[in-house]
Amino acid sequence: MTAPSPEPALEADGLGMRFGRSWALRDCSVSLPAGAVVALVGPNGAGKTTLMHLVCGLLRPSEGRVRVFGEDADSGSSEALARVGFVAQEHPLYRGMTVAELLRMGRALNPRFDRGLAELRLDGLGIPLNRRAGALSGGQQAQVSLALALAKRPMLLVLDEPLANLDPVARRDFTRTLMSAVAEDGVTVLLSSHVIADLEAVCDRLVLLDHGAVRLDGAIEDVLAAHRMISGPREAAADMPGVVRAVHSGRHSDLLVRAGAEAELHPVWQEHHVGLEELILAYLENPVVTR
Amino acid sequence: MFRFRLDGRSGVPPYLQLVQQVRQALLLGYLRNGDQLPTVKEVVGGLTINPNTVVKAYRQLENEGIVAAKPGQGTFVTAEVEAVAPGDHARLRRSLERWVRDARGAGLDEETVTALITAVWNDVRAEGVA
Repeated sequence: MTAPSPEPALEADGLGMRFGRSWALRDCSVSLPAGAVVALVGPNGAGKTTLMHLVCGLLRPSEGRVRVFGEDADSGSSEALARVGFVAQEHPLYRGMTVAELLRMGRALNPRFDRGLAELRLDGLGIPLNRRAGALSGGQQAQVSLALALAKRPMLLVLDEPLANLDPVARRDFTRTLMSAVAEDGVTVLLSSHVIADLEAVCDRLVLLDHGAVRLDGAIEDVLAAHRMISGPREAAADMPGVVRAVHSGRHSDLLVRAGAEAELHPVWQEHHVGLEELILAYLENPVVTR
Repeated sequence: MFRFRLDGRSGVPPYLQLVQQVRQALLLGYLRNGDQLPTVKEVVGGLTINPNTVVKAYRQLENEGIVAAKPGQGTFVTAEVEAVAPGDHARLRRSLERWVRDARGAGLDEETVTALITAVWNDVRAEGVA
């Protein structure tokens, strides 16, 4: 693995994108360190795809700016484009072309394209190069898309819902290829997902988007350490600061609170472990509390 | 070669699971001084885990003096230590066995036993703090 450079892989500053009268993304400021594997989560319409398109330079921001390794993402320079790999939703490929033809096209369009590497990877997965893309299984098409994106030798790889529509085995194989690329090339990864389970082993950072705004941003470990799930008598719940979500049942309340290990809790509160999925769902269920 | 497992439902952070498995394997004698741990790439390929997580676990094990990285060769177990002295280990195990038999006899299942141990552990630890 290459040593992570101190410059952030991705830096958004007051980034906003408006379509007509509605803002798909607003006041988005995040900084993602190089070498990280970042999960971008949020419900449909949260702004995930918009943010990814801005990062890839497919959209020009309405306000603010986004930089990839120090350069504006929408500069359009071939240098900037070569640094970012993008796997769009549902891994679109030219279905009539064979895998070999797709690789040849990739080679012709990208200066740093490593066709040998892509062939080696696809061969290792048993994907025939003379097969038309449309005749491959969904999992194989996803692998071809990933191989094409990785062959660009990007410094930042952006994947929009890469695991959607894949069966569990294809999902595991895809993730394994992706993690191996992180281990071998030190590529920084930004991936969006509906599937929250399993993200904890794969990602080390989390950006939670909701209604076009960033709700949570940080190392998954730090985010988990900054929250506690507690249960206790209902009358004590009203005085508890930092409540993200409260579930009351009779005389008893379950609270997810933003409080790290340093915060002293009254002994009436019993503490439970907070899981990543539970935490994310609590934030999404409760759009009132902001950061 | 030592193999790691990953339990997605345990609630323990993945890097800590790896650290604990090495510590436990040492304690149980599955890993010994001089044994090689799998490379980061091998762990990533086997578990579908973020390589940064593996690197972090190995770094912590290094800091604890349990393993050492030899450049170009890999990561090796260097610890001789047993976390619990053999005599204490055997004595504690015997008294726990008695207790677990008692608990089973009283009709407690594994979940209840684990919950009870956690509760007592927390109480005793709180005593020490207060």
